[in-house]
Amino acid sequence: MKPVSVKNLSITLGAAQILPDVSFDVAAGECFGLVGESGSGKSTVLRCASMLWSIWDGEVRIGDQSVRDMDVMERCRTLQMVFQDPYGSLHPRQSVRTVLSEPLAIHGLDNRQDRMKAALSDVGLPSEFLDRFPHQMSGGQRQRVAIARALILEPDVLFLDEPTSALDVSVQAEILNLLARLRQEKGFTYIMVSHDLAVVDHMCERFAVMQSGRIVEVLDRDDIVANRAKEPYARELIGASLAYEQVV
Amino acid sequence: MEPILSVKNLGVRYGGSAEWAVRGVSFDLGRERLGIVGESGSGKSTVGRAILRLLPGAEVTADRMRFEELDLLDIPERRMLKVRGARMSMILQDPKFSLNPIERCGDQIAEAYRTHVRATKRKARAKTLEMLEAVQIREPERVYDLYPHEVSGGMGQRVMIAMMLMTDPDLVIADEPTSALDVTVRLEVLRILDGLVRERGIGLVMISHDLNLVRNFCDRVLIMYAGQVVEVLDARDLDQATHPYTQGLIAAQPRIGGDRGPLPVLQRRDSWVEGAA
Repeated sequence: MKPVSVKNLSITLGAAQILPDVSFDVAAGECFGLVGESGSGKSTVLRCASMLWSIWDGEVRIGDQSVRDMDVMERCRTLQMVFQDPYGSLHPRQSVRTVLSEPLAIHGLDNRQDRMKAALSDVGLPSEFLDRFPHQMSGGQRQRVAIARALILEPDVLFLDEPTSALDVSVQAEILNLLARLRQEKGFTYIMVSHDLAVVDHMCERFAVMQSGRIVEVLDRDDIVANRAKEPYARELIGASLAYEQVV
Repeated sequence: MEPILSVKNLGVRYGGSAEWAVRGVSFDLGRERLGIVGESGSGKSTVGRAILRLLPGAEVTADRMRFEELDLLDIPERRMLKVRGARMSMILQDPKFSLNPIERCGDQIAEAYRTHVRATKRKARAKTLEMLEAVQIREPERVYDLYPHEVSGGMGQRVMIAMMLMTDPDLVIADEPTSALDVTVRLEVLRILDGLVRERGIGLVMISHDLNLVRNFCDRVLIMYAGQVVEVLDARDLDQATHPYTQGLIAAQPRIGGDRGPLPVLQRRDSWVEGAA
């Protein structure tokens, strides 16, 4: 289990400030949420912290190491990402076996067959799925494969970028249960981006509300129902979500 | 009261497929708001498209499919062109993809109007501005001249609603009208649509995967599974659903302030498909 700390993360392109200044800390084994409207910069934070983008200033540390100082191999074995749309994030012409064996080959790991089977069984798929292609699977099964791909290098930290928003509610329930179980079993630290406050409340201990690249407020999950948000935008977002759900 | 739309035993089969995408769907729609709920692939959008006759190449069968005095099963396409967009229209999911990116918002609305109503450009413009105001756009003159990429998602969807209501249709089919929008603007857009639909006495078919949405904005709900209607409920009785599929969908939804335990997972049964036939 490793903690994640983001300090003064910022992106400036010419005169435009894409991310003004983002800082937050995630404890080891915690699930931390990032919520906000589209365009508020929540996915951008994940893309910077995972070094998919490198044109940023500030510091992101996982455990006691800065992500900038890790080489690619080490970074991939420390953090992995699960993307929003399993229809887009799996190569249409690669079988599950190819998808899962590539990281193992790159990292020179042994017992590949066993590792692949273990990763599939972790996500609740039978090992026959190794020979399937994305078009032969449902959306939920594809997302399970995408999660298996993230698990196969046994990372410490998972970044989840809207992992269920392309899925139906019934399938979303399966994937959320799976992610919760994996965190319990393997002690992952999660950073989860979502626009759905109900999902964040279900999964995360704490979450940050973002608006135009800034963290407006960091809240505890219980602050939602207890109505303890102070910032106007956080209150608006929570109010709209509650009204939408008609819990009140 | 005479229904606006009456569908009996509708079946749709896409070209080249052996399976029926929709089977045995029947409902009558008066001046009310009907929700069609189901998962992706349940056939809910196909029903909407079949009503508008937007399924070229698919086999559409029904014992009856009437819209007011028109028999939608055998009216020729030439007459359908005068009906579609004038007397019945469709609000699509994502304004980013459904508005023409290289035409100004206002011009698109005016064009939709002038396609069906004889009017001068000046009159169409005036009517457009009036409609933009009706969907609560504060500066209609300014928004008229904007291109779709210059407006936000919520504003784009209001432009779309304005366009669809310009011709005073009797029937509007809204296919996931707010699922591409942020939660903060979703309610606002829905309330605008709801207000206009009620005020003008339009029959609304709201297609959605979201049970919360139909609960709040519909009178009656059809729940579809694998191309069939498995249950019909009054929206306010949604919690008392008796079909295991509907119950499963409601239970699988995480809730704010819920117990955070594992979510109940839907157990699908083959009998649901045959049982409703």
